[in-house]
Amino acid sequence: MNPVNYLYLAALLFTIGATGVLIRRNAIVLFMCIELMLNACNLAFVTFSRMHGNLDGQIIAFFTMVVAAAEVVVGLAIIVSLFRSRHSASVDDASLMKL
Amino acid sequence: MTPLATLAAPSTLAAYSTSTGEAVQFWILGTVAVIGALCTVFMRRAVHSALSLAGTMIVLAVFYLANGAYFLGIVQVVVYTGAIMMLFLFVVMLVGVTAADSLKETVKGQRWLALLCGVGFGVLLLGGIGNASLTEFDGLGEANAGGNVQGLASLIFTKYVFAFEITGALLITAAVGAMVLTHRERTERALTQRELSEQRVREGKHLPPLPAPGVYARHNAVDIAGLLPDGTPSELTVNRTLRERGQIRDVSREAIGDLKALEQRSEERLERTRSGEGTQ
Repeated sequence: MNPVNYLYLAALLFTIGATGVLIRRNAIVLFMCIELMLNACNLAFVTFSRMHGNLDGQIIAFFTMVVAAAEVVVGLAIIVSLFRSRHSASVDDASLMKL
Repeated sequence: MTPLATLAAPSTLAAYSTSTGEAVQFWILGTVAVIGALCTVFMRRAVHSALSLAGTMIVLAVFYLANGAYFLGIVQVVVYTGAIMMLFLFVVMLVGVTAADSLKETVKGQRWLALLCGVGFGVLLLGGIGNASLTEFDGLGEANAGGNVQGLASLIFTKYVFAFEITGALLITAAVGAMVLTHRERTERALTQRELSEQRVREGKHLPPLPAPGVYARHNAVDIAGLLPDGTPSELTVNRTLRERGQIRDVSREAIGDLKALEQRSEERLERTRSGEGTQ
């Protein structure tokens, strides 16, 4: 087996995550799909790191993890405050600016 | 290109295939990862989605370890499945476990269009990777020679030191932002007990304390409404939180014989104590 297969898997996971973002309307599940996409990117980075024989890819994956952690903290705080004001976590309900 | 990469470039180090064990591991765990990802997207309840995603992340951690990223594999387990997924579960519990997604489409045909877009995107992505000539790979033997963690550390604290510092600032900003977003400022003073009692008297609604829950000694759990003289359950006797959640247990329809047996037994006991008093 060639490590390219890891890249195929990463592409598949990214596609599933992107489809989930388009389909689902629960804000928490949307966030989970975004996490899935970030993880797929990380897998691709780690695989590239192995294919090229240097550690830069792993460093980028490490930074991606840190940024994902920060993003999740802020995103979930937004979801909690949205839920407090509207009693719903559906992204369709936040339509105050709609005509 | 780093010096490490130029060292590892000669074709003597390049390999064309991994071990059979890794291939077996990839095909088994890869299937699990894809199934987990699909469950994340298509499960109706958010809790099930979160658990599926946690499974996928653990599988990815194993793949990192297999790819020679030992530090990242451990960090993936600790940070992603340990911290981030628990944060997700915490928010799911806060927002309501039972809240399932509505299946009603707001934009007509959006679901099928989204699926079509997803499939098209996936085909483009996979086709792009398939077209690239990636037959040989270098492997991390050279780069990991002095230890994976040491190699990462020497890169982070030399080449990527500014990115690392900025990451620290980002984390602090995120922590403060989360606190600001979820903090609720109290706009008015909290009422004291005396003010609350005076307000109750002024409104004249319900002066005495609320009645206690429970019907008989056997059924005085807090989730059971006390029965009014006509046999209907009194909503007032149950805690407001339980009432709003609809978690009231109604015993008014429980078998009459049950209650009868209870009464009979208590009567027997009373008789006995009475006769015991009589003998004294």
